[in-house]
Amino acid sequence: MDAVVDYDEAIATYDPVMGLEVHVELNTETKMFCGCATEFGAEPNTQTCPVCLGLPGALPVVNAKGVESAIRIGLALNCEIAEWCRFARKNYFYPDMPKNFQTSQYDEPIAFEGYLDVELEDGTPWRVEIERAHMEEDTGKSLHVGGATGRIHGADHSLLDYNRAGIPLIEIVTKPLVGAGERAPEIAKAYVGALRELMRALDVSDARMEQGSMRCDANVSLMPKGAEKFGTRTETKNVNSLRSVERAVRYEITRHAAVLNEGGSILQETRHWHEDTGVTTSGRPKSDADDYRYFPEPDLVPVAPSRELVEQLRATLPEPPAERRKRLQGEWGFSDLEMRDVYNAGAVETIEETIAAGASAAGARKWWTGEIARLANKAGEPFVEFAAQRHVTPKTIAELDGLVTSGRLNDSMARQTLEGVLAGEGTPTEVADARGLELVQDDGALEAAVTKVIEANPDVAQKVRDGKVQAAGALIGQVMKEMKGQADAAKARSIILEQLGQA
Amino acid sequence: MRPMSSLSRDEVAHVAGLARIHLSDEELDTFAGQLDSIVGFVASVNEAAADDIPPMSHPLPLTNVTRPDEVRPSLTADEALSGAPASEQQRFLVPRILSED
Repeated sequence: MDAVVDYDEAIATYDPVMGLEVHVELNTETKMFCGCATEFGAEPNTQTCPVCLGLPGALPVVNAKGVESAIRIGLALNCEIAEWCRFARKNYFYPDMPKNFQTSQYDEPIAFEGYLDVELEDGTPWRVEIERAHMEEDTGKSLHVGGATGRIHGADHSLLDYNRAGIPLIEIVTKPLVGAGERAPEIAKAYVGALRELMRALDVSDARMEQGSMRCDANVSLMPKGAEKFGTRTETKNVNSLRSVERAVRYEITRHAAVLNEGGSILQETRHWHEDTGVTTSGRPKSDADDYRYFPEPDLVPVAPSRELVEQLRATLPEPPAERRKRLQGEWGFSDLEMRDVYNAGAVETIEETIAAGASAAGARKWWTGEIARLANKAGEPFVEFAAQRHVTPKTIAELDGLVTSGRLNDSMARQTLEGVLAGEGTPTEVADARGLELVQDDGALEAAVTKVIEANPDVAQKVRDGKVQAAGALIGQVMKEMKGQADAAKARSIILEQLGQA
Repeated sequence: MRPMSSLSRDEVAHVAGLARIHLSDEELDTFAGQLDSIVGFVASVNEAAADDIPPMSHPLPLTNVTRPDEVRPSLTADEALSGAPASEQQRFLVPRILSED
C-alpha cells in the first residue's frame, strides 16, 4: 500500500497539473474502417471481417459518418478543423489488435486548439483548453483465463473477442490544466461530465462510462507551489465513472505528495485505478515499448474536409448544453440552486421528459430530485438506473404529479403511491386505487372536522382569531389526524382560517 | 533531415527489439550495413525533391475516399476462428500475456 498525505496538506505544498484524455466510442452502425456491425454485447467474434482481423491483403475504407462525427465533436469543442490530415499506424505488439498496429492519427489530428466551458458544482465556471481530438479505432476485448480473479496476473492464457476491434473512437486530449489548486479533482469530474453531456447532445455516442463507451485516463503531476516547471506525471487508467475521475485524481495528488515530501521522485508510469479500494497501483513504466514507430497509414488516403462540409456540419450542432440549461431554467422557473441540484443529479433530460409528459415543472423536480434521488441514494444506485430498473419513467412521474394537481392525492398519499409503484404494484393510478388512496372530496366532512378541532383547542383558535395565522398549523395537523390523513391540507387550512374569521 | 549513412548498429538493434525480431551479433553487423545502404539510397530522393514539392504518403493524389455507414455481412465466428492456432469459448486463444494489466 502506497503512503499518502492528507489532501489539504498536499495542496498547501504543491500545485497539481492535470491532463485528461477521454476516449469516446462513436455510435455509428459500422466500424471505422470496415462494414462490420458495432452492436454492444453480440456473441464473441461475430462482428469481424478480414479488415478488422488484420488478414493479409485486406484494405480499410474510412466510414464517412465517423469522420462527420469527429468534425462535429471538434466544432462543439470550439476547435479548428484540419483542412487536410492523415491516419497513422501506431505499432505495438499486444493481442488486442490483431494487425499489430492501431490505426490512429499522430501529428495531424482532425480537430485541434479548442476549449470547453464547464460549470463546477457550486456554479463556478471553468474553461478547459482542448489540445486535440483525433480519430482512431478501438481494440478487442481480452478475457484472462486461469487466474483466480480473471485478472492478468496468474492467468494461464487469454481469450480474445475482436467484435470491438475497429469501432470508431475519438480521443479528446486537454492541454495541461494548471492553476486548479484544490479544485483539480472537482474540475476533472466536471469536465468529463460536461463532455458526456455534450456527446449525448450531439448524438454521436451514448457515452456510458460503465459500459466503456466513454473512458478517461487522468494524467496528474505535482510541482512545488509557485513553480513553473511541471513535475513527473503518472497516467491513471481504468477510471470508469465520474465519481472515480474525481477520486482517482485526488488519490494521485495525495500519493505524489507523500513521495515528494520524502525527497523521492515520481516514476513516470501508468497506474491502475481500483474502484473498490479507492487506490491506484503501479502499472508499467514508460519504456522502449512506448516507441510506437508512428508512420502515415499507406492504405488510407488523406482526409481533407471541404470548408462547405465543415459549415454544413456546424449547422447541425445542437444548442450548447450550458445554454440549453439556462433556457430550461427560465422556462421551468427554477432558482439557480434548484437547477444546479437537478444538473448535479444528472436529471435535466429526465425532468424535461417528465414535463413533456404533462407534469408541472415543480412537481417533476420535486419527485425526481427529492423523493427518487433520496431513495436511490439510500439504495446506493445512480438514480436514473434506479428508476429505470423499477419501471419508473417520466410518464409515471407525470401521472403521479397529475394525481396531486387534480386534487385526488395529497403529498403523503402520493409518496405512498410512489412506494407502491417502486415496489412493482402497478401504475400510480392502479396503486392509488388498490390502496384506497383518495382525498376526501366531501367538504362537509372536512368542515365538521375543523369545527370539532377548533372546539377542542380553544386557546390555539383564539390566537388565530387574534391574527396569529401561523398558529393554524397546529390545527391543520389535528384536522388531518381527524380525517385519517385523507384530506387536502391546503383546503383544511383555508376552512380553518375562514371559520376563525381570518380568510 | 537525416544525413546519409547514419544508421548505427545500436539503432538497428533497437528497431529489431521493437519489432520483436531476434538478431544475432553477426546478423546485426550484416543488416546494419545493408539497412544503412538502403537508407542512403532513399535519402537520394531528398536531393531531387525541391522545397516546393510537398511530401506525400500515398502514390495517388486522392483524398476523402469513404464509404457510407452501412452494415455489411461479417464472417461467422467459425470462419473468423478458422485460421487461429487455438481457440476457446468462441474466442482466439493466445498465450499468457506478461507485464501488462
